[in-house]
Amino acid sequence: MKLLTHNMLTSKCMKGVNIGYPLKIKAVDLKESEVDFNPDFISRIIPKLDWNVLVSAASSIGKNENLPEDLLPEYEKNTEFLKRVHHVLLEVDVVNGELICPESGRKFPINNGIPNMILNEDEV
Amino acid sequence: MNTKKYLLYFAQEHLNFRFEEINSLLSLLKIEMDFIETPNKTQPYWLVKFKSEDDVKLLTNRSVSLRSCMELWAYSDTIEDLHRQMKQYPYELQAPYMQENQSFKIEVETFCKHFTQKEKVDKLEAFSYLPVKGKVKLKNPEIIFQYIEYYGTDPKSPPENPYMVFFGCWITNGLRQLIQNLSLKTRKFIGNTSMDPQLSLLMANQAQVQSGDIILDPFVGSGSLLVAAAQFGGYVLGTDIDYLMLHARTRPSRITQKERDKDESVKANMAQYNLDHKYLDVLVNDFAIQFWKDDLRFDAIITDPPYGIREATEKIGTSKENCTVSEEHLPTHIPAKIEYGLSHLYYDLLTFSAKHLKLGGKLVCWFPIFRDDYNEDGLPTNTCLKLVANSEQILNKHTSRRLLTYEKIGEPCGDIREHRNNIIDFRSKYYDTREETRKERRMKKAMERHRNRKETTNHKK
Repeated sequence: MKLLTHNMLTSKCMKGVNIGYPLKIKAVDLKESEVDFNPDFISRIIPKLDWNVLVSAASSIGKNENLPEDLLPEYEKNTEFLKRVHHVLLEVDVVNGELICPESGRKFPINNGIPNMILNEDEV
Repeated sequence: MNTKKYLLYFAQEHLNFRFEEINSLLSLLKIEMDFIETPNKTQPYWLVKFKSEDDVKLLTNRSVSLRSCMELWAYSDTIEDLHRQMKQYPYELQAPYMQENQSFKIEVETFCKHFTQKEKVDKLEAFSYLPVKGKVKLKNPEIIFQYIEYYGTDPKSPPENPYMVFFGCWITNGLRQLIQNLSLKTRKFIGNTSMDPQLSLLMANQAQVQSGDIILDPFVGSGSLLVAAAQFGGYVLGTDIDYLMLHARTRPSRITQKERDKDESVKANMAQYNLDHKYLDVLVNDFAIQFWKDDLRFDAIITDPPYGIREATEKIGTSKENCTVSEEHLPTHIPAKIEYGLSHLYYDLLTFSAKHLKLGGKLVCWFPIFRDDYNEDGLPTNTCLKLVANSEQILNKHTSRRLLTYEKIGEPCGDIREHRNNIIDFRSKYYDTREETRKERRMKKAMERHRNRKETTNHKK
């Protein structure tokens, strides 16, 4: 699971959970691989992200890449910055671990890079 | 002003998707196209005009239905007239293609009638008056002239003489080769209902996928629709309720394969086609319970939901009241599933798309129908989604599926309750009609046996 995907997920759909965002990450295995850099895509995706959530999620798994707490102005022109964001969003993969609902503590296992968000029949 | 005429030459396959695909691409690429004459639904060529030659290249290079396009120099309903026109074709228009340093070849193509190589060479030599100066080169020449004879679309009884003949200069090809490159036969990871590459690419074109788009398939399976979407530059996400499928632990779909390879996955498929940089993630997820955050917007949603025949329509749930899973069973518990009726599933799919598509974004999905019952009013609807394309693929005598393209035209407001069309339960009807024909077949065989027996006893007498 990539941090881009993590940024888009919430456990709000569960009974008794109000916000469910962001999910906590417990990373057992991390994998870093090289992915083609597309500055246009990264510039386009940044305004859609919850920036603070990305920064804290990256820090929580030790892959912060010195991302600033606040988004840089005119980041579209800053290739070096876009490359760091690219690395955090697309090149870091949580292969095994867990996503954890911040309110209920429900754990969602990640195996082989694939999070399992299936609830049990008594939770729906 | 571009006065040139062009011939768009289509592959004679999936005719119902042709108009829809070209329309979608014209709107995606912001190109205008005018018909010189209105084509009928089955003919493989369109005679058209474009504002510029770049437009016809852009369109053809993105089309799956198109084999190729050519700049049309002459066309006629008789061969003699075509040659007459060609002999009068102004030299200054031909000259740029007939320089001394330009290698060339002439291709002869006959549609719907077979000719021997010798006959084709004779047809080619009829053009010996062309003022070509360059050398003939059969492999990768700089200029390709094309001569096409069109004998209609009925291969059983082609006419003596062609209905139409065309001569012109080849410009570029469509994406037919890509269909071969993405063939399911050589794909790493496939499932029982993997979509063939041609239809997958057509779906991506209906969805108007562009470079840098985020695309979701909420019933992703082995990811065949995502392969096509990524091919056109989309970054892809998928979800599926089937854990074993996403982890490639289901029984292999190839008859020759005893067990699945360890490294089969949607991601491996993307890597096979050098599209791994377009792969975001797949999640195991029940479509009826969404984990995407409210403000997330996809550029397009492309999907083939289960129809309840070859893939089950299921969601998590139980008919038991007050059911709880005990602590000790939790680690190995497999959630119970209940039927997810097609009415519910499509209602949810359109509601989800109305919420999670960007404005102007497309939902492209298949919808199974009984051909006798079909009525456009029976298709799923949503006030925020406008049906912009609808083409049929016939599956058998009774059933077909329709490829529906919806465009998001407004943001959903909380207080409108969406109308839910009651969709005929495809699954139960499917098995009902099958049961009937099976029964009929049984009866017919029994009658036959009975008759045969009677005849033999009569003979004995």
